[in-house]
Amino acid sequence: MTIASPPSPSPQPLRLQPTGWLRYFSFSLDHKVIGLQYIVCGFLFYFVGGALAGVIRTELATPISDFVSRDTYNQVLTLHGTVMIFLWIVPVVNGGFGNYLIPFYVGARDMAFPRLNAVAFWMIPPSGLLLISSYFIGGAAQSGWTAYPPLSLTTPAMGQILWIVSVLLLGGSSIFGGINFIATILKFRQPGLKLMMLPMYCWAMLGTSILVVLATPVLAGTLILLSLDIVAHTGFFNPAAGGNAVVYQHLFWFYSHPAVYIMVLPAFGLVSEILPVHARKPLFGYVTMVYSIMAIVILGLVVWAHHMFTSGTPPWMRLFFTIATAFIAVPTGIKFFNWIATLWQGRLALNSAMLFSCAFILQFVFGGITGVALAQVPFDVHVHDTYFVVAHFHYIVYGGTVFVIFASIYHWFPKFSGRMLNEDLGRLHLALTFIGFNLCFAPQHWLGLNGMPRRVAEYDPQFSLINQISSVGALLMAISTLPFLINVVMSLLQGPAAGPNPWRALTPEWLTSSPPPVENWIGAAPLVEEPYGYGSSEGRIDVNQARGQDLWRQQP
Amino acid sequence: MTTTTPIDTDLQQQDDHESDGHGHGEHPDLRMFGLATFLVADGMTFAGFFAAYLTYRAVNPLPPGAIYELELVLPVINTAILIASSFTFHRASKELMRGAMGACRGWLLLTAVMGLSFLGGQMVEYFELPFGLTDNLYASTFYALTGFHGLHVTLGALMILIVWFQAREPGRFTPSDHFGLAAAELYWHFVDVIWVVLFGLLYLL
Amino acid sequence: MRIPSAIITLIAGMALVLLGQWVANDVNWLPVSASTNAPVYDELFRVLLAIGTMLLVGMTGVVVYSLIRFRRRDGDQQDGPPVEGNLSLELFWTAIPAVVVLFLGIYSYDIYDRMGGMTDLNAHGMDHHAAELASVRQSQPGDEERIWGGIAPASSNEAVLPVEVTALQFAFVFHYPEQNITSGELHVPSGQAVELRMKANDVIHAFWVPEFRIKQDIIPGQPTVLTFTANQTGDYPIVCAELCGPYHGGMRSHVVVDEPESFATWVETNTPATLS
Repeated sequence: MTIASPPSPSPQPLRLQPTGWLRYFSFSLDHKVIGLQYIVCGFLFYFVGGALAGVIRTELATPISDFVSRDTYNQVLTLHGTVMIFLWIVPVVNGGFGNYLIPFYVGARDMAFPRLNAVAFWMIPPSGLLLISSYFIGGAAQSGWTAYPPLSLTTPAMGQILWIVSVLLLGGSSIFGGINFIATILKFRQPGLKLMMLPMYCWAMLGTSILVVLATPVLAGTLILLSLDIVAHTGFFNPAAGGNAVVYQHLFWFYSHPAVYIMVLPAFGLVSEILPVHARKPLFGYVTMVYSIMAIVILGLVVWAHHMFTSGTPPWMRLFFTIATAFIAVPTGIKFFNWIATLWQGRLALNSAMLFSCAFILQFVFGGITGVALAQVPFDVHVHDTYFVVAHFHYIVYGGTVFVIFASIYHWFPKFSGRMLNEDLGRLHLALTFIGFNLCFAPQHWLGLNGMPRRVAEYDPQFSLINQISSVGALLMAISTLPFLINVVMSLLQGPAAGPNPWRALTPEWLTSSPPPVENWIGAAPLVEEPYGYGSSEGRIDVNQARGQDLWRQQP
Repeated sequence: MTTTTPIDTDLQQQDDHESDGHGHGEHPDLRMFGLATFLVADGMTFAGFFAAYLTYRAVNPLPPGAIYELELVLPVINTAILIASSFTFHRASKELMRGAMGACRGWLLLTAVMGLSFLGGQMVEYFELPFGLTDNLYASTFYALTGFHGLHVTLGALMILIVWFQAREPGRFTPSDHFGLAAAELYWHFVDVIWVVLFGLLYLL
Repeated sequence: MRIPSAIITLIAGMALVLLGQWVANDVNWLPVSASTNAPVYDELFRVLLAIGTMLLVGMTGVVVYSLIRFRRRDGDQQDGPPVEGNLSLELFWTAIPAVVVLFLGIYSYDIYDRMGGMTDLNAHGMDHHAAELASVRQSQPGDEERIWGGIAPASSNEAVLPVEVTALQFAFVFHYPEQNITSGELHVPSGQAVELRMKANDVIHAFWVPEFRIKQDIIPGQPTVLTFTANQTGDYPIVCAELCGPYHGGMRSHVVVDEPESFATWVETNTPATLS
């Protein structure tokens, strides 16, 4: 292989952009600024979505509909789902951490298309505000985040149309992001950096972006047809006009099942970065990890109809989708076993990043087990559209992805800000979130098995006690955000300085100052061939005395 | 972790080759790669529409009187024009590679005119069709598919006209650097291929 | 004395299996089983629950053990062993889940078949059944004799009691075509197969009886058949499980399972006077 000469610093003149905190409100082209814009913006929407969840759990504290009107309740649950998925999880795990980390990991000074990157981010706040404002102008959409017709055709049109416009914009932002990540990971690597040397998060983002590019446009097309049904009174999905409501479900889930992997694969990637650093061991089974990500991508595209086992799908389809869905457990299982093998015999630092990651493993395993169960048609027929499903997917997206987002913030905050977070507050945050989350969602499995459907404002009084326990859990989750916020604000102002590499990590983002300079490295970008080379002789040198350069394996 | 797969080396060589081939400084020009990825996404939108259309045909029988014998003469002429316009565009970029900017602009203009006449033909067909947008499921699907494709053609024709206009300026497009023209061409071929599939599904199936 | 790790693993594994068996068989997670396919469902549920419990408790145990056993002591700057993988181990934990998952898929196919779910209602050779379904078909003249799946009767020879179900915002209406009874709640005799011929008037609803372990979406434009045989008398809730509008949570009814004699009495008292 050729020895690459270090890329020279960009000859272009400095961009006319604000510096200091103002740049976070600007059309900045710096991938690190855009990444943090995604993360902070996502957090603001997380509070909106969390408040909406609070409304739902308050309503469900009693078996009768007494807190908000029934119309409002349906608007709230629709907004909660849409905000949490499209404005919080997808943007943060993809756009947020992806933008911040991927250029470091491929040894580049920015993303492949910085301008497109900024456009993709700046599509998010307006569409989010549009979505939320629809509540105040004539009422938000009421048909759930799935927007199944004919219900979505009969509820007030204004809210539904604004919902569609907003989701289309967010989908567009997501596609632009996906194109950018694919180009950056495949084509923007520094010379000498091979695909199989990349940190696992790159692979996860490559897989995710392939899903985004293949699946999101189908949702966009579907929503265009849905809006034609609403505005122009065509009958694509309206049985009263000769249309077919099930076709919508097929098209919708063709995107929305992969959407689960769009939320979860990046989380897998982030965990794969965090665990080896804090366990001081190489990531176990790198190659099988890569293949399992790609297997999940392929299988993820052919399992959508398991959301429709009660929709009158033909028997052969149920059989095929049962087997395909259950088989996703195999590559997913490989990843979990590999993480546990990574922990085994390591030297585990019991800090917040590690503990949040371990909580993620346990909760995702739980969600995965109920997922395999739900893939079985006869099982699904009983619990479909019940609180069992609500519990299942909150274990996947909250117990899975959101826990990883927190783990990642504890892990990368020193890099973002140059200051350490407080570990005691971090562990308090973990304990409250862990207890609150499991208290909120574990009992919901029982509710679903025993007869409580989802998306209801009122329910059989025999379920009162369990629902109240669940609501208490939700309250704990809300409270758990406080130590986190205090921690972030206090640490930003007066946390101890982190230094370039507080975790003694080997991935490239740590081989520069914290926070990193505009073009990521002063001088040449390091070529990291073994991002997980812990336990080799380099790992044993006294890292506090060593400079970053000593940790890199330079090309011979 | 230094495992190497064949793909891996290929890509790497391509990378090296590209970064050598272009004089852009640090990195290769990835805009065509990005556009191609975007067209894959755009193609998936059409794939969704096609899948919906085929499902409708399979499971949603039409009400009586909703089966139409579509007039084929105009659409066939239209199809021929659109396919030919792909070749004229290709001719335009060949002229550019030869450095004959005048000829290149001529072929570009011809391509744009062909695109616009396709749109005109589409309009004429719309006015002559025996059904309206909301008449039945087939009619709605017909208009949605051809309309969405028509939007793409409109956008493409606009892009060609812009490129044609920009090509006045000497040195705007050179044999080694002509992203705008190349992008418009790739997009135009894409629109063309989609039309062929669409024509087969809507008119011939 | 050091106990060999193989023995510890063996004991832990046996404890896990016992725990899984106990949770699955001796803890009651499900509502009363009141139809013939409910016990079949419960059988699958117990298998899934046993496997799931073993997996969850096992994984939790390993993670918690690692966190305690391998935690970093203060001042320890050393790395763990540079183990990057182990091919046979990785093959092992690819193969085992694949086998388990394949077994589950085939097993649940069998379960579903026993519940009658794999019967294609449009298949040929069910002509004797076709006549019974005629009323459903006629309700949709544009629909070319197509019945959308549901759970078909396990054995179509027994006498079935047909009931027409209409779901609308926000109620179920039950009509007994043979007795000409229209009712807001469903009455069925214990031990006899009941065939629900369902249609929705406005939006998608779903018919769910948790005690029968059956659920079926009722989609406008798609007449659907769902068959069950109740076998335990009682009064069970019918729940709409698909978001259908503001009063979705209130869209509930009852199914009353009677002994055949008391069902006959109910029919008699509710049959409208015939105008023969």
